[in-house]
Amino acid sequence: MKTFSSLLEKLLFTPSRNRKKSALKEYIANTPDPDRGYALAAITGDFKVKNITASFYHELIKDQVDYELFKMSYDYVGDLAETISLIWPVKSVKIQDELSLHAFINLINENSKSEQKKIILDLMNKSNANERWSIIKLTTGGFRIGVSAKLVKLALAEYGNKNIEDIERIWHGLSYPYLNLFEWLENKSFKPKIKFSDMFHPMMLAHPINEEKDFNKLKPSDFFAELKWDGIRVQLVLDYKNKKVYSRTGDEISQSFPDIVSNINGNAVLDGELLVGRKFEALPFNFLQKRLNRKKPSKKIINEIPAFVKLYDILFENGNDLRDLPLSKRRYILSNWLKLNPSECLDISKIIDFKDWNDLKQIKIESTEKFNQEGLMIKSKNSVYLSGRPRGLWFKWKKNPLFLDTILMYAQRGHGKRSSYYSDFTFGVLNDNAIVPIGKAYFGFTNEELKKLDNWVRKNTINRFGPVREVKKELVLEIAFDSINESKRHKSGLALRFPRIHRIRWDKPTNETDYLKDIKKAFF
Amino acid sequence: MMAVENAIITHGHADHARIGHQNVLATQNTIDIMKIRYGDKCAGSFQSIEYHKPLKINNLNFTFFPAGHILGSAQILIETKNSRLLITGDYKTSPDSSCQSYELVECDQLITEATFGLPVFQHPKPENEIKKILKAFEKNDTKTYIIGAYALGKSQRVIKLLRDAGYDETIYLHGSQLKICDYYISQGINLGNLEPVSYKKSEDFEGKIVIAPPSALKDKWSRRFSDPVICYASGWMSIKQRAKQSLVEIPLIISDHCDWNELITTIKSCKTKSVWVTHGREDALVHWCKSNNINAEPLYMQGREEE
Repeated sequence: MKTFSSLLEKLLFTPSRNRKKSALKEYIANTPDPDRGYALAAITGDFKVKNITASFYHELIKDQVDYELFKMSYDYVGDLAETISLIWPVKSVKIQDELSLHAFINLINENSKSEQKKIILDLMNKSNANERWSIIKLTTGGFRIGVSAKLVKLALAEYGNKNIEDIERIWHGLSYPYLNLFEWLENKSFKPKIKFSDMFHPMMLAHPINEEKDFNKLKPSDFFAELKWDGIRVQLVLDYKNKKVYSRTGDEISQSFPDIVSNINGNAVLDGELLVGRKFEALPFNFLQKRLNRKKPSKKIINEIPAFVKLYDILFENGNDLRDLPLSKRRYILSNWLKLNPSECLDISKIIDFKDWNDLKQIKIESTEKFNQEGLMIKSKNSVYLSGRPRGLWFKWKKNPLFLDTILMYAQRGHGKRSSYYSDFTFGVLNDNAIVPIGKAYFGFTNEELKKLDNWVRKNTINRFGPVREVKKELVLEIAFDSINESKRHKSGLALRFPRIHRIRWDKPTNETDYLKDIKKAFF
Repeated sequence: MMAVENAIITHGHADHARIGHQNVLATQNTIDIMKIRYGDKCAGSFQSIEYHKPLKINNLNFTFFPAGHILGSAQILIETKNSRLLITGDYKTSPDSSCQSYELVECDQLITEATFGLPVFQHPKPENEIKKILKAFEKNDTKTYIIGAYALGKSQRVIKLLRDAGYDETIYLHGSQLKICDYYISQGINLGNLEPVSYKKSEDFEGKIVIAPPSALKDKWSRRFSDPVICYASGWMSIKQRAKQSLVEIPLIISDHCDWNELITTIKSCKTKSVWVTHGREDALVHWCKSNNINAEPLYMQGREEE
């Protein structure tokens, strides 16, 4: 437990991604099996301890300290694991053998609740504050140490001198403590064999196109185009026993879409966009939102807002991995597959013919302005299916952004390289005589502009709230965004999608900026 | 705090010692520190008092005792014929070789500070905390380590702890730290070789320790160092989320105030019948006193900000 808790502390306090990765590599190199596998599973969230909740620790601490003092402390500290780890009375208990991480986890998982209480009580008495914190975080979940699964995989790839893509492709089929993975990384055995039909495969994502730079370099005949659908990206994993729907992050959402699950058959892994509507006519995103996050949708809502999938790609067919075939070949296989396995929930996302980039631009303008589409996807016909966002293969060409003139209200210091700069900005719009916040943005400006903004914030601060500064309401920011929705997140009652700072209007007086009522009129 | 005719001052921190009083009574160290920070004319007149030597004012005996907080810091005992009132000022009972050691004073009525008056504050040994920096050094000696520490007291204590742990390289100082360090040295506290940061290049600080006031860590000043490791010496650093929020990479839990156990040990040891609690988390300490059959009330004063 000691090395694990030092790792967690190190990861928590190290702001740099690279240094976090080094800390992970060092841990992997110096920690024996199966501890290292359990540690990585805990960090990536693959592993959770059952049965232990916050109330377990409330009960535990009641016997240790005056509960009133505990409540005052909890109120002040604000985090249960921290409060308990710090308030725990220090006892001079003789430490015999250090309990390893996997031994602790096994002990906890094999025992009843009353036994668990004894085990944890004993361990807390033998530990220092940081170790107690790790024990509580490990058993209740949610470390919040700023380490993504991606970073863990990168550390593994570097440790074993392997290609990250090879790790990505097997990751979701592995289970902790990953003994077969480590054997392969350490060249003691072959790459683990995975049963592909029962797992999520990391998705391939697109870069935004840069019209000036990219189109000069790219040959139109090398690319396919298709519409960019405004739903949620999904992966359908089918064999004759299982049928699963995964979100782009690999969360299983089959339960929310029984209409899809019951209407598809076959043995394949498919990539597509989940949409709602009848006869493959997609309704706006707002309608889809009513179907999301419902664990058990009613028959009524399924009838009112039926779901379907526009298919983009096929990754596996009958157990064969197609990802290293070119996209043109995969699309051919996909259309044949759908002919053999027709479904009222599956449609193909059509390929759009175009002669050159100008021609495609006309198509884009027409589809976004007349038919309110999100934009276009441009994909290399030769592209193999890679996880993540590889360069130069897939592009998204979004509809032109919308703009608003807003007023800077608050600024917060950034992280890492930006830690001495005020780089996170909250902006608002006029509402009668007041200004109400409408969004936050932390990119869109150059480094030069950031220096100027930072300077302006420091000179025009009127209030401080911890790391946040309130500034004079005098600077106009022109915000670009993709769409606007009603939302309770900001006081204005509106929220912007992908807001970024388009221009800093040093010249513009604040009374010439947009009014909330006009914004509502224009967009709703 | 207001400027008054007669001020008795426990120590030189800005939230306890301000300018503009007519007459100031304090230890010689405190008077010196006030003059260094605010100028020779920051009060109408100064009267210095030695520790342990009672001074009679209006039939009351005033005696100063070391508070172990910073150089010159004092607890003040006020006596009548049959009653003793002790004002602790800011204090800590754990050892600190950069100032006079705390002494326990028995009393009938105690006024204690409670900056860290919650049982979550159990400060670890500062000698172990300072080792965190030296260990990080062993692993990577090409980085610049900037330690945030208040200019008066904390900064000198951190330097002394580094010296006591065997670190004898030059330590670089933010401009605001120089005068007080010089003063500590003049008072016989050995701080080793110190140099101002001034206008050196960022490469000159690779593998060096720099000490700066916490505000400078967030300021443009810190941009002169390329990718430094930010450290911060404060009792608040025991709260992880708080340390993380201040973007601290190496939190050093080094405090010049009593932690919870020191506070309750003091209350028990000074044999007081009654406690007034001020400057901090009054509620928790009052609750503890009452649960232990000691009279206690919060004493709300025109306060100060957190450390």
